[in-house]
Parts: sequence; C-alpha cells; structure tokens
Amino acid sequence: MRPGSVIVLVVVGLAAVIGASAATVSAESPSAAKGTVDEETVHRVAAQLRCVVCQTLSVLDSPSEMAAQMRGIIRERLGAGQTPDEIVQYFVDKYGEWILLAPREHGFNLLVWAAPVVAVLVGLAIVALLLRRWTRPRAEPVATIDPKLRERVRRELESPP
Amino acid sequence: MWRWLIPLSVVPVLALLAYGFRVNPHEIPSPLVGRPAAPFVVRAFDGTEVSLAGLRGRVVVLNFWASWCYPACYEEAPALERAWRTYRDRGVAVVGVAIQDKPEASRKFIADFSLSFSNAPDPDGKISVDYGVYGVPETFFIDRAGRIRLKQTGGVTDELFRAEIEKLLGEPA
Amino acid sequence: MIPELGYGALVVGVVLAVYGALAAAAGAHTGRPALIESAQHAALAVFTLVTACFLLLAGALLTFDFSVRYVAQQTTLGTPFYYRVTAVWGALEGSILLWAWMLALYTLIVVVRHRGERDLYPWALSVMLGIIAFFLLVMTIPAPPFQRLLPVPADGRGLNPLLEDTGMITHPVALYLGFTGFTVPFAFAMAALMTGRVGDAWITTTRRWTIVAWYFLSLGLLIGGWWSYHVLGWGGYWAWDPVENAAFMPWLTGTAFLHSVMIQERRRMLKLWNISLVILTFGLTIFGTFLTRSGVIASVHAFSQGSIGAFFLTFLGLVLLSAFGLLAWRWDLLRAQGELDGILSRESAFLLNNVFLVAAAFTVFFGTVFPLLSEAVRGVKVSVGAPFFNQVNVPLFLSLIFLMGVGPLIAWRRASIDNLKRNFLGPVAIGVATAAVLHLVGVRSALAVLTLALALFTTATIALDVLRGTRARLRTGAGVVGAVTSLLLRHNRRYGGFGIHLGILLVALGVTGSQAWSVQTEATLKPGQVVELAGYRVRFDGLSAVQESTHARVVGTFTVSNGGGAPIVMHPSKKFYPHEQAPIAGVDYRMGFREDLYLVLGDFARDGSEATVKALVNRLVSWIWIGGLVLTLGALLAIVPDDKRA
Repeated sequence: MRPGSVIVLVVVGLAAVIGASAATVSAESPSAAKGTVDEETVHRVAAQLRCVVCQTLSVLDSPSEMAAQMRGIIRERLGAGQTPDEIVQYFVDKYGEWILLAPREHGFNLLVWAAPVVAVLVGLAIVALLLRRWTRPRAEPVATIDPKLRERVRRELESPP
Repeated sequence: MWRWLIPLSVVPVLALLAYGFRVNPHEIPSPLVGRPAAPFVVRAFDGTEVSLAGLRGRVVVLNFWASWCYPACYEEAPALERAWRTYRDRGVAVVGVAIQDKPEASRKFIADFSLSFSNAPDPDGKISVDYGVYGVPETFFIDRAGRIRLKQTGGVTDELFRAEIEKLLGEPA
Repeated sequence: MIPELGYGALVVGVVLAVYGALAAAAGAHTGRPALIESAQHAALAVFTLVTACFLLLAGALLTFDFSVRYVAQQTTLGTPFYYRVTAVWGALEGSILLWAWMLALYTLIVVVRHRGERDLYPWALSVMLGIIAFFLLVMTIPAPPFQRLLPVPADGRGLNPLLEDTGMITHPVALYLGFTGFTVPFAFAMAALMTGRVGDAWITTTRRWTIVAWYFLSLGLLIGGWWSYHVLGWGGYWAWDPVENAAFMPWLTGTAFLHSVMIQERRRMLKLWNISLVILTFGLTIFGTFLTRSGVIASVHAFSQGSIGAFFLTFLGLVLLSAFGLLAWRWDLLRAQGELDGILSRESAFLLNNVFLVAAAFTVFFGTVFPLLSEAVRGVKVSVGAPFFNQVNVPLFLSLIFLMGVGPLIAWRRASIDNLKRNFLGPVAIGVATAAVLHLVGVRSALAVLTLALALFTTATIALDVLRGTRARLRTGAGVVGAVTSLLLRHNRRYGGFGIHLGILLVALGVTGSQAWSVQTEATLKPGQVVELAGYRVRFDGLSAVQESTHARVVGTFTVSNGGGAPIVMHPSKKFYPHEQAPIAGVDYRMGFREDLYLVLGDFARDGSEATVKALVNRLVSWIWIGGLVLTLGALLAIVPDDKRA
C-alpha cells in the first residue's frame, strides 16, 4: 500500500474512533419523563455544578449537607417546571461562572476546550513530518568495479579446474 | 537558534504560576453586588415572621452564620449585636440566618451572645443559595432601595459596619 | 533537646549535600577520583543524617513529645501506635522528610551500583546530591519538622481523620517512591548532556529505575483511588482534583518515556525526544509537589501555604531552565537521522502512543492551570472539573487502548501486509464481534461498546501472541505449563509489558463499567422504611452512638436484601472529631466482581427517628483493583534480571 493512502486510512480510523467517542459522551442519559421529577435529570443537573463547600466534587457526588440542600433545590425547581438549563443558569446567576464544573464553551474558554485537539493535531503533524523524513528513499551507493579485476575474476571463473 | 525557544517557553508558565501567589482561590467574587437582593420570608427562632419586603426603606445587614463556625462567627457576633443596638433607631435592620445548623445549637449560640436582632434558620438552604453563599460567615449590606451593595466574606468588624452603614444611610431611599 | 538535634542534623545535611554536589561535579569535570570519592562519603553521611532525622521524628511521635509542634498537630494521647508511626509523613514537613529520605536512599544505591564508573556516574551523583540539598533546605527554612511548641500542651490536636486509614500508610509512600524514582533517570540524562554521551548508556543504566518508578507511581495512583473510594464517602475513586492531576501528569509522560526509550534502544532514534520526556517527567513531579504545597490552586489535598510555594517554584524554574538549556546546548549532538522502510511499523505505533500520552498530559496540565489563566487574563474565576476532563480525555485513552493492541505485534521498520493480516485479522474480528454482541444484548452506551470492543481487540492480540509462542515451544516437546513459563521468562520484558497492558485493560474495564452503568439514589427513612435500588432493598433499622479513642461515632444499621441470598447488615456511620467542623463519613460497602453496593449515612435526627441514606450501586469497580494486581505481576516479571546481556 502506498504510504499516502495508509496515512489517510490511519487518520480516518483514529478520527472515527475519536469522533464516535466524543459524540457519545454527551449523549448518555435518557430524557426525563413528563410530569414527574426524574432522578436522572436531577443527577444530570447536579453533576454539572460544583459543590461550593468541597473543593472539586460535583453537587451530585458531594456528601456535604450544602450539596444535599442544593440537590433539593434542583429537585424542587424541576418539579415546578423549570428546565435543566434554566436551573443551571439560576446557579450561575447566584455564584458566577465558577460554579460550573466545565467552562462554558465560548470566548476565552474555548482555549481550554481546543487544547486537546490542538495538542493531538500538532503531535500528528510532527509525527507525519518525522515519518516522511525517515522513509525518504536514500540513494544506494553503487559500487564501481575495477574492469581489470572484473576481467581477472571472469578468467578465474571460466578457467578449467 | 530556535532551539533556545525550548527553555524560554518555560518562562511564561512560571510567570503564570507565580501570579497564583497573588490570588486566593478560596475567594469568589459575587455576581450579586449591585443587583437587587433576592426576596425572602422566614420565621425567626422567636416565632416572628421576617421578610425582606417588610424591611424596604431601611438599610439591611443580612448575616449568614452557623454555630459550628468557629472562630469567625464567634468573633463577629458581638460586633453584629453592637451594630444593631447602635443603629436600630436610625433605620437599619440586622437579620441573621443560620445555615446547615441544628436548631438547638443555633438557639444556644443566640442565647450565649444575647443576640437581640432577628435570627432565623434556613432549613432547605434556599436563602443561602439565593444569595450565593458558599461559606460562613458571610454578610450582605443591602441599601434602602433593596440592592446588594457589599458582600463581606469572613467576619465583620465594628469599623466595617460604621463605614458601610453610614455610607448607605447617607443615600436617599 | 531532640528537636534541636534534628534541626542541626538537617543543617549539616544541607551543607554536606551541597559540598557533595560540587565535589562530584568538580571530580567529573577534572577527572580526579579523589573528589568523587569525597562526594560519595558525603552522600553516605547525608543518608545517615536524614535517617537519623526520620528516627528522631518517629521517636518524638511515639513518646508523645508535644513540645514538638508537629507531634502536637497530628496526634493526641489516644492516637493508636500505628497512626503515630504513619504520622511521620502525615503532614507537610514530614512528607518532605520522607521525600528527602527516599532521595538519599536512592543516591546511596546509585553509589553502590556505579562507584568507580567514570563516564556518567559522577555527574549523576552531583545532580542527585543537588536535589537532595534543595529538599533539605526546604526543611531548614520554610517547613521545619522539628519546630518547638511552647508552652507545651497537655494533649495534641490529632491526625486529620481522613488519614486514619490503611491507605494512609501506603498511598504517600508508593507515590513518593514513584516520584523520587524518576530523579535517577533524570540525573543520568543530565549527566549525558553534560558529558555529551547522549547515546544509549544513560537509558540502559536507568531502565530498571524507570520501570520501578513508573510502577510505584501507578500503584500510588491506584491506592489513592482505593482510598478515595473507601474513605472519602462520595462513592468515586477519581475527581480530577488538581493534586490528583499533578500525580497523573508525570505518570502520562512517564509512560510515554517508557515506550519511546524502546525505540532508542532498538533503533537509536529519538534521542532528543527521550531526554525532553525525562526532563518533562521529572519537572512534573516537582510541579506536583509545588501544587500540593503552595495553595496556588484550590484543592482538597493542599497541605498549606506560606513561603514554601516560592521555594518550590524557584526550584522548578531552576531545574527546567537549566535542563532545557543544557538540551539546547547539546542540540546538535542529539539530532540524528532515523531510518524507516514503511510508515506502518512499530516505530510509528510508538510515536502515536507518545502523541496521545503527551497530548493527554498537556490537556490535563492546561485544564488544571486554566482557572488561574482565566483569572489572570479575564479577571473571571472559572472551574475546570470532572465533566471537562472526562469528555476530552476519553477519545485520547480509547486511541491508546487501540494502540496497545497494535504496537507490540506490528513489525519494526516496516509492516508487510502479511504481517498485518497474520497478527490483526483475528483480533479485529473479535473486536467487531464484541461490539455486535454488546449491541444485540442491549447495551445502550455507545461509548461502553466502543471501549469494550477495543479492549477485547487488544486482549486478543496479547492472547494470540502468547498462544503462538506457547505452540512453538510445545513442538519441542515441553508440557503446556513448562512452555508458557519458559516463554514468559525468556522474554520477560515483553510479557511483563503484556501483563502491564492487561492490567491497564482491566482498569479500563472497571472505569467504563462504573462510569456508564452505576446508579445511585438517596432517601430519608424512618426505622422500618425501605429504599430500593437496582434490585437491592435497603431497610433502615436504627441508629446507635459509640465513643472511640479519638472520636464519637453515630452508626446507622441497615438491612439489605437482594431477592436471592440471605440479607446482610451494613453500618455506614458518621464520625465526629472534636477539632473538625464537619463530620467525616464512614461508608460501608460490599464489593463484588459485578458490582459494589455502597451506603453513605447522611443527615439524621438526634433521636434516631429518621436518617438520610445515599445508596450507590457501582458496577465493575472491583476490576480496577484487580487490574492493579495484574499490573503488579506484569511489572515484577518485567524487571526480573535476564541472563542474556541487556
């Protein structure tokens, strides 16, 4: 196989892997049932918010009393008909962007979301450059044979034993 | 020549980390300063009902505390009581909210410091979240028009009261 | 008396370490053996002094000497014996002492193994002594372990209750053995740069150090996860806390380094890259120490503030600037041409492995410092936590699992179509079949399907290799057991590596299961009431109070039945310590191969009439710990001394 097509295959394959996994991470949970407060939805909202009295735990994970109270507030607001996004925005209004465990994907924050992509692309580019350099065909030195020597060898080979 | 970029690239990283010494990761600036204070209605420990709407027109000092918050709440409680006694007749209200606390422990705290201003529990945490509270003690100074003007994280002192209350009293309602 | 002796020993230690570093460097430069021997004596003296400090501190703790502030901070009269011993490294100053002691021990081992060598060893010795000098300096100025406390209190404050656990004994030790272990390859790499001998010598000399250090770092991370899962009471094993990240980053670059040195050993390529990686790895271990101790980024682990952060940042700066400066100086020596006949080759697989590992390390680093950057540039505080790290790292780790399967079996230099077909057709088929089966069985999560399919692909490549090797030996008449054993021992590096890969795959299995399929619920119950979760019925029976030597404990009794077997009784509790503001959760759990049941006691009424309980069913978590065991076996196999020349 030609190196070019191989690279394309590898990159497409890896891209498929990455694309598939990135798409599926966000689309995990089922949607909430109408009319009742789905615990799954409470969990989903709580997982996005930072527990304010612990350090890096989410409101969902934290065993602290404050987090339990916050989960109660989420549950109550969902029951009153608010959407998950509205509830998240409520907390952001009160605490600032800091309360979101993942930075909102706009403006300056795009830097941190772009970092992994950029890192992989730069890495792949460097690898591609290296591989190209390493597989460049090298001119093999062609040995030139002294004609007298060649004649002598021929005579030796053809002479009767 | 470009090779020296490698050691040089370390410098901005070090600079960023050094910047970290100047900031306190535990202090979160509140987005609520300058915005209208969230309304609340609570039943105080002594049974009376207290609402923010009912206090409109007065300068309100809203203080979040807990009996387990030692030593900061213990140090600021007398200052709060002094501020209340000094300014109650000049149109200032002091309201305390006990959060994540057990009622008996809160009542003991109130009795120990002979607090005469209204104190109420916040059992569901709704008021503390409404005010973006993330630790105790935190104190909000609300002006006569109902806007939050200052959030103090950590204990309050007599000087802070004097400065802030006098400033807010001097403004029209 | 004792504290002053300890402080004196540290001061003398600093002086001797600095002297030794200079003497070794001078000896290396001028080639005079007397100077190097003098440095060796200094190294021995430093080790003795640091050991003495360690013993003095342990002695103070064991004899309840509350005149030493460290002892009063960490123990009370009621603290049990074993916690008094582990308290030696339980807080900031002691942890630095542990680090310094390990460095001193490693330096001594280097001396014993390499004394008399002329090329790299003297410079390496100098670097190691210099690093020890720094850590000892930290203990004499910003973080003295032997500070007095006057007036002497009658009783101490007590160990941080979260640290009263067997994990406390092992997690820091394993982690530090890993961190300090990377100092040795770094020192030899610096020696290579100083002497210009940038060939293989520094790598082959430190090969075992690298594997051992990497292993202990892996072990430390896994124990940390275990500790988090069983002690902290939130049902998880990894939170992407900045200090967890600080230990993870050197692991990532260390893993990249482990692999890329194999290319240098076989093919003499990537010299520049390997030295950069080891500098990066060592730098990240210092960065981790800096993060843990400086308070610059908020974290659950952070020990303290003060000037210690400035010390570590300065040291980090010096190390990185001088190491990369040396690298730039020797740039020309390090650039070499490599040769490959085909793009599809083991070299490319290893290069890709490095790309993804270093990209992951960069992502974790950038995410960890981004809050600081955001504040510096925008003035706005943001948080970067688990949702971010999980989302961005998943694709990188999946690619690595794929590469783990491809790398070991693809040929060096150029893989032919035959080679590819022979080695990968079967495993690819197995991977695809796995995905199909899972999908048919009803697994919703596409991510879980992908992860498991890739994991099985990689497992199949390993199995195929072992099978072929065993079959070849069987033809010579050996029995199955004999064939497998001789195969593993003859090529212990390769099969040790496979064992480690298998361990990682099992960890990946556990992580996938627990992330994709775990469920939780919480409920407030009166005695007799039941909450149901995933087939378990949890009934609240009552509360009881117990007084222990260091704390008071409220224990909840819950009877759990599971349809089939006999009901079990579980006792999650809350521990109340006199000096702690919030109570500490004491979780109760039942582990299983398929799932763990995990109960956390929440709020409760004083009279026992009501209690809130959080129940979690965590699927496949145990495979993370099993993976750790398999990883251990693989690492042990890999470092067995082989009878052929290295």
